[in-house]
Amino acid sequence: MARIIVVTSGKGGVGKTTTSAAISMGLALKGHRTAVIDFDVGLRNLDLIMGCERRVVYDFVSVINGEATLNQALIKDKRSENLFILPASQTRDKDALTADGVESILKELSETFEFIICDSPAGIERGATLAMYFADDAIVVTNPEVSSVRDSDRMLGILASKSRRAETGAEPIREFLLLTRYSPQRVKLGEMLSVDDVQEILSLHLLGIIPESKAVLSASNAGTPVILDERSDAGQAYSDVVRRYLGEEVPHRFLEEEKKGLFGRLFGG
Amino acid sequence: MGLLDYFLSTQRPSASIAKERLQILVAHERAERNKPPYLADLQRELLEVIGKYVKVDREDITVTMDQDDKREILELNIVLPDDKTTRKRR
Repeated sequence: MARIIVVTSGKGGVGKTTTSAAISMGLALKGHRTAVIDFDVGLRNLDLIMGCERRVVYDFVSVINGEATLNQALIKDKRSENLFILPASQTRDKDALTADGVESILKELSETFEFIICDSPAGIERGATLAMYFADDAIVVTNPEVSSVRDSDRMLGILASKSRRAETGAEPIREFLLLTRYSPQRVKLGEMLSVDDVQEILSLHLLGIIPESKAVLSASNAGTPVILDERSDAGQAYSDVVRRYLGEEVPHRFLEEEKKGLFGRLFGG
Repeated sequence: MGLLDYFLSTQRPSASIAKERLQILVAHERAERNKPPYLADLQRELLEVIGKYVKVDREDITVTMDQDDKREILELNIVLPDDKTTRKRR
């Protein structure tokens, strides 16, 4: 039985797809058979971030419509044999997703995968509500910024009332906070909400803090999940997130401004 | 921006403004969200019953639900008309 994880936020541009790509790759590298699904029908981008855009033949909607089998549509990642990508359809309407269709795909995937990551589109419409409906766990991606925090709180309300677990009275979805684009320098100057500020409002289990990092754009330019950039701060932060998700106790990093040595001070960097 | 500006500056850090605004907004939105669904029906039926005895408009009756750590408060507010003659006799 697979664990279904939704990566959600409400607001767009906070790092859902970056996070989905990084976490699914991280779980796969830890030896877990993982599938990652793009729920953003009409605006697919996970394939680009994963670097498999030229290998897309069939997609999520073609499987729902019975035009392809799941095995035909799943793209095997070239870097990890445990990772498979199910791209969203680029041409269809977002109403092409149906609850029954999504359920049957998740059910079929559950038979052979350990983790299924659902990369939610922004907003609270069909794609987003279906991405979270069947979830066991939710990773709420939030930027330390007012509109993102507000939208995250709204998503939490939806997770608690309109998911399958909520409707059937099962154990609630486990909710995790992932704070992204965090800048310790700006927090120190009082220009940015701190982790504690955000937690005072959302009070969730903190899965990790991803620092604002140049490595994220470089990774997306190259079509490589940022977690594979082991030397980068964001890559390391995502590795910590995966270990924490899997139950390891890993202290939070990147909360403090990096101390520059004399050399760094003199020459910048 | 000189040294003088630095010492004269009394501006509050913007993050603390952000936090305060969010706390107020989120508390309000959660209360809205957690409103029991029967409030609208309750308000309508109360209006019908009270309307039998006193002439009141829809806006004159408000039903709100508040919540704090210890209790839930159902608040019913009815504005009665000033003019006694508008009150119906039984």
